[in-house]
This record gives sequence, structure tokens and C-alpha cells, in this order.
Amino acid sequence: MELRPILSAMRRNKVGAILIGVQIAVTLAILCNALFIMEQRLALSHRPSGMEESNLFAIDNEFVGEPADLPVRQQADMAALRALPGVIDAYDANEYPLTNSGWSEGVTVDPDQPSAVLCSLYFGDQHALATLGLKLISGRNFNASEITDRGPTDQVHAASAIVTRTLAEKLFPGVSAVGRSVYIEGSKHPTTIIGVVERLQMPWTQAGGWAEKYFYNSMIEPYHFVAPETWYLVRTQPGRLAAVMQAARKQLFAIDRARVIDKVEAVTDTRAEAYRDDRGLAVILAVVCASLLGVTGFGIVGLTSYWVSQRRRQIGIRRALGATRGAILRYFQTENLLIAAAGGVVGIGLAIAINLWMVTSFAMPRLQVGWAVAGALIVLLLGQLAVLWPALRAAALPPALATRGG
Amino acid sequence: MISYYFSLAIRSLKRNIVLTILMIAAIGVGIGASMTTLTVFRAMGADPIPGKSARLFVPQIDNWGPNKDSGPAGSPHKLQNQLAYTDAVALMNAHAAARQSAMYASGLPLIPANPQLQPFQVRIRAAYTDFFPMFDVPFRYGAPWSAADDSAHADVAVISRELNDKLFAGADSVGKTVNLDNHAYRIVGVLQHWEPIPKFYDLIDEKFGKSAEVYLPFTRAIDARMDSWGSFNCKESPAGGWDGRLRSECIWIQFWVELPTSADAAQYRGFLQNYAAEQRRSGRFDWPPRTELRDVTQWLQFNEVVSDEFRILVLVSFSFLFVCLLNAMGLMLAKFMSRARDFGVRRALGANRRAIFAQCVIESGVIGFAGALLGLALTSLGLMGLRSLLSKSIAALTHLDAADISIVIALAVASTVIAGLYPTWRATRVQPAWHLKAQ
Repeated sequence: MELRPILSAMRRNKVGAILIGVQIAVTLAILCNALFIMEQRLALSHRPSGMEESNLFAIDNEFVGEPADLPVRQQADMAALRALPGVIDAYDANEYPLTNSGWSEGVTVDPDQPSAVLCSLYFGDQHALATLGLKLISGRNFNASEITDRGPTDQVHAASAIVTRTLAEKLFPGVSAVGRSVYIEGSKHPTTIIGVVERLQMPWTQAGGWAEKYFYNSMIEPYHFVAPETWYLVRTQPGRLAAVMQAARKQLFAIDRARVIDKVEAVTDTRAEAYRDDRGLAVILAVVCASLLGVTGFGIVGLTSYWVSQRRRQIGIRRALGATRGAILRYFQTENLLIAAAGGVVGIGLAIAINLWMVTSFAMPRLQVGWAVAGALIVLLLGQLAVLWPALRAAALPPALATRGG
Repeated sequence: MISYYFSLAIRSLKRNIVLTILMIAAIGVGIGASMTTLTVFRAMGADPIPGKSARLFVPQIDNWGPNKDSGPAGSPHKLQNQLAYTDAVALMNAHAAARQSAMYASGLPLIPANPQLQPFQVRIRAAYTDFFPMFDVPFRYGAPWSAADDSAHADVAVISRELNDKLFAGADSVGKTVNLDNHAYRIVGVLQHWEPIPKFYDLIDEKFGKSAEVYLPFTRAIDARMDSWGSFNCKESPAGGWDGRLRSECIWIQFWVELPTSADAAQYRGFLQNYAAEQRRSGRFDWPPRTELRDVTQWLQFNEVVSDEFRILVLVSFSFLFVCLLNAMGLMLAKFMSRARDFGVRRALGANRRAIFAQCVIESGVIGFAGALLGLALTSLGLMGLRSLLSKSIAALTHLDAADISIVIALAVASTVIAGLYPTWRATRVQPAWHLKAQ
């Protein structure tokens, strides 16, 4: 295909070509960055927590009137929950992942060493691992004799603990952590690691938040958390979650009405809530991208149709001089390809510039080249699709137009 | 003449209906997207307490010293966003401002008088009496508790209108009691609906969260050992139970002062520096005094009330509007140019360039207005979408007010007319003779 006539025609119609080119460039710049952000946010919301989240739910239980015998009441509740039909296991927790609220402490191997590894602190008894569905990869679970009571303002730390693999590797790189001692910030007494679980995330989930670099640093201490308000975590048999959730609430009120149950929530819902804004952002960006492609596409259709109608006579002359329908079609396709390619080059530059600016001002990671290439292919394809209809109409113009005038 | 141009515009828009629909759709979609985010952005950045935001300040004191990671709530080099109990009490006792209040969020079960009803959680704010006049909190019944109640650690409470509706069916409940976790508090006041957006006085957890349902004297809440429901952030874990917490350097208390003039503010800055210097002399701090006094606007910025996510969305949506306008511009160019012959005839019949210009501007204005109407519909749809997609605290920010609506219309019409300027200019350049010849 001869490019020269296309280029000279474009020169005579600069503004239209530039308008389409700039539109394509900006569309591409937004598209690359939006796709990139979407991918990141969705990846974030799919990070495994370490728990087996299906068939697991949490009850936010608060005893009213500061009863003195909290530990007894809590354990009575736990026994009742474990006895419910459909329940596999349950325990009483100070916090659990995905709630964006919890405790963190520094842990060191040497009590005099100033730089501690930050980790989140979960309390649980011998039922915790089975309830959460954590995978023990070395060492052992707690046994009942290790479990003691701990209040919210007590400042003690247990003699034994279970840690995540990530935390174990940070504290004891290259060697097994089981049987080794660590010091939890502020404690003079060593805590012995008795077991390592494959994975358990911190309670916090926020993108770019402070917890991100400590994400899988977690420790479980063998405590019953004795406070008016605690979380009861319950694992059910598959398919019985909804029924057990209802029965649990009823059962707890049957034991004692002097309590507030603020929330009975499936952990899958906790996850959805935790990542709501990330997923929301991804959906919004997807909608914007789709509308953007639609607007740009229809814009190309509109403007190309206008060009076709302007050049009806020339097209007729070319047809009369022997140009085939295919030649006319290819003319408009090539014209669009040239504009889109020019816009694409500018757009990739713009996309990278926007990304670099976001890297500095929003702490975003660098755009991967793949996204720029994918975006460029999408807009080139869009241009070709959009131009097809007006180009086909142009190709259908009869050669007789040349003689008719107008 | 103007009405003639309007009828010409309508007729011309009807003539090439597909192009017209494309233009209006492009502008409507662009306006819808950008206004959806702008509406929320405006609400996020709104002045939560107009007229007073320059007179209310948050004092900040560095009680941790340099090179300590401030942990969960902040980065290492940022000044702490809350105070330790020790400093909060010291600032209260100093009474160096016209009004001042230490405060924190808590919560307890409320036990209804009717034993048939189940207890429920209420959000509590522990504060001093100055909290109410300082923040212009409107009262429906009664009044704030007194300074004497503060010093007496009295069992008094101010409750929200919503809680009053729930417990007392909206009747004047002053003098009655509420039972919080088996402890009775005498109601001294009932508020009107009061929910500043953003919740500037406590931005730690939920920046657009709900206000408290029960307000209690700070001194009484401390006596009752009410836990903080907000962030409780420590450099070192405190030993010694509740009293250990109070003695610790853990930060968990918000503090506000009202300083009517800039001279007062300057004086208070000096007072804060002196206070920190004194702490250094007494051996509590072993670093140079580092304090800060921020007003409401600065405080909102310091706490990054408008999230990065939202800034990105606003940028994306306005770039989208830009693409839509380029699009409309191209289509308008096509539309005006396809009517070059009409313009030529009108010019030949005596219309001057200005008349052609007016006609085209009015035509693009009409397109802009139609785009605005579509944009308005899409904006409300978009806000509905945001409500269902984003977290609940955003919901309060997704309401279109009259100002938003006028912005939509002004933005749509203005940007369309601007986008139409080049096509309009091209239309005025039409040579009458050339087009008449072509006939």
C-alpha cells in the first residue's frame, strides 16, 4: 500500500488526525496504568491469610456488667459451641486476620539486641490451629497444660509460642526455629518456639499500609484472652456454616442473656469487607476503562464517517480509475493504523511518565512493560475495529459517483 | 436573534441525529465520571467546621524522641498524632488555651431499662465540657455538663439525638439515666444530629466514621477504666496494668484547643515548646523539644484524609473527561464542517462572522447542556455505584447537593463550548463564494 497519498491527505486534515491521535494516546496512558493498578489490587485481595476461610466464622461477644468469673463463662461458652451439631472446633481469640485491628510486638533473639522483628500477636489455646485451619509444618501444637489466662493490660509473655514460617526464617535464618528461644519486647523471660505454621497473616490488610512488609510475621501465644469483649472463632462442617451461625447465637443467649453479640460473621465476609475498597477501585477502573474505550471507539467511527462523506467524490474517482473495494478499505485501515501507532507511541511515553509520577507521589510500583504493550495492542485493535464500519461504507461507494458530482 | 439561533441549533442537532447522540453521550459520560469522583472528593476535603476551622488546633508533642519507629499508626519521621495520658493531663491542667479538651473513643454495652430488651453496644466519647462549645455541638435538650462535673469525675452523660430517639422516643430525657455496663449515668443533655464530615476531631480509625452516641466526662471514663477503641500505640509495652498504661508513653489521646486569635496561637506554640523543654529538664525527654500546633485544615492534611486511591480516581476521571472532550471536539468539527455550505449561504445573505460564531457557540452550548443532563443522571448512578462498591464510611460522602449540580451544569456547558471553539472558528472562516460555487 502506498503511504504517500494517505500522508498527504492527513496533512490536509491535520486537526482531525491529531484529535484522534491524542485521544488514543491519552486512552492508552490511562488504560495501561488502570490495568496495572487493577491487577495489583486484585492480587492484594487474593493474598492467602493462612486460614482455611470457608466454613469458619467469628462471633464478637461482649459480657455485660464486668462479671468476675469471665474465664469460667468464656470456657462454658466454648464448650457449648463445640458441642453444637456441625461444629468441628472453636476457640476464644483476642484478634483474627483480616479485621484490621490487633496487637503487634517486637521479637528478638537476643534480649539486648535493639532491633526487633515486628510481628502480630495472636492468643489461642490447643484448639486454635484446628479451628483456623493452620498447617503445622514442624514442632507441635499447644497442649492443654500450657494454656493460661491473660487480661488485656497484663504485661506477661508465655514460655512457649507457635510462629509462622516467615517469622521463624527471619529470626533464625537457615536453621530450624523449633526449640529455640526468643524475647518478646519488654519481657526478660525467654519464650520457646514449639511449633511453626506454614502461614498466618497479620490482622491488617491495607494496601501500602505499614503492615505490608511484615505481612506474614505472626506469633501465637498459649493464652485464653480474658476480657469482656473477645472473638469466638468457630469451624463448621462443610455446608453447615449458615445453620451453625444461627444456632450459635441462639445457644449463647440461652446460656446467658447478659451479653452483647455485635456480630456473627463468616470469615469470607470479613475478607470481602477488608478488601472492599481495593476491589471497588478495581471495578471502578474497569468501568472507566470500558467507557474510555467505548468513547474513543465511537469517536473514531464518527470522525472517520465524516471523512468518508467528505471524500465521497475522490473515492468515486479512485474507484472509477480502477481501485478495488479492498484498496479503499485498506486505505482507511492504514490511515487509522498510522494515527493509532503515532498515538500509541506518544501514549506509551505518557503512560510511563504518569507511572513514574505515581511512583514518587503515591508509592506505587513501577509499571511493567507488559502492561504498556498490552494497552498498545488493545488501542490498535480498537482503532481497526472502529474504522471498519465507515471504511466498509466507503468501499461500497459506487464508481459512478465520480461522474455525478456533489 | 438568540432564540432563532436556538431553533437553528435544535434543527441542526436533529439533522444528524447519530452524530448528535455521539457528542452528547461523550460529554455526558465524561461529565458523569468526573463529577462522581469530584463530588466525593469535595465532600472529603470539605471544611468540617466552617468559620471555626482556623481557630481550632491540635497540639503535638514528641514524647518518643528521634530514631524510634512510631509503629502502626505512622512512619518514623512523622510527629505522633496522639498524646500520652501524662501529656494530655498536663495540658488540661495548664489551661493555656481559651478552651481545651482531651478526648478518646470508647464503647460499652448499654443495658436498656426494659429487661425485655437485649443490651447493645454504644460508641462513647470521653471528653471535657469544653468539647461542646469548642466544636459548636448543637443541643436539643439540656446543656453540657459543668467544669465542676469534670473535676468531680461525675456520672453524667450527654447523649446523641439518635440514641435519645431510640431510648426515649425523642422526648426530653434530661434528668433520666442511662445504664452503661451496670453503671448509671445521669443525662444532662441531648444533642441535635451532629456528624461532622470528615470526623476531624478523631481521624485515627474512621475518617468518615459516625459520631459517638454517649459523651462522658474524660475523668470519669479514666476512673471506669474504659478501654480506648481507637489506636493505642506504644514505643515500649507498658507494664503494670491500667495504671501502668496511664504512666506509660503510649499515645492514645486526642487533644484540641481553641485559640481565638493568631497571637493566642503563637503564645500557645511557645507554651508547648516550653512544656517540652521542661520535660527535658526533668529528665523525661532526652532530646530537643519537638512540638507542633496544627489547625483543622493542616490536621486534615497531616492525616491524609483524602486517600491516594481517591486521588488516583479523580485524576483518572478527569483524564477521561479530557478524552471525551477531544472526542466531542472532533465530532463538532465534523458537524460544523459538513454544514460549511449552510454557513456559506448565510454569509452570502449578509450574516457576519460574529453571527456565525454566535450560532455555533449556542449550538455547542445546547450540546453541552444536553450532555450535562445526561452527566447528572450518570453522576447519580455513579455515586450509587460507589456506595455499593466502597466501604460504608464513604456512603456519607456520596450525596449530590445544589452546589454539585450547578458545578455539573457549568462544567459541562463551559467545557463543551471551549471544546467547540476551534470548530466554531473554522466555521466562521468559511468562504461564502467557494461554497456557493460548488452548488
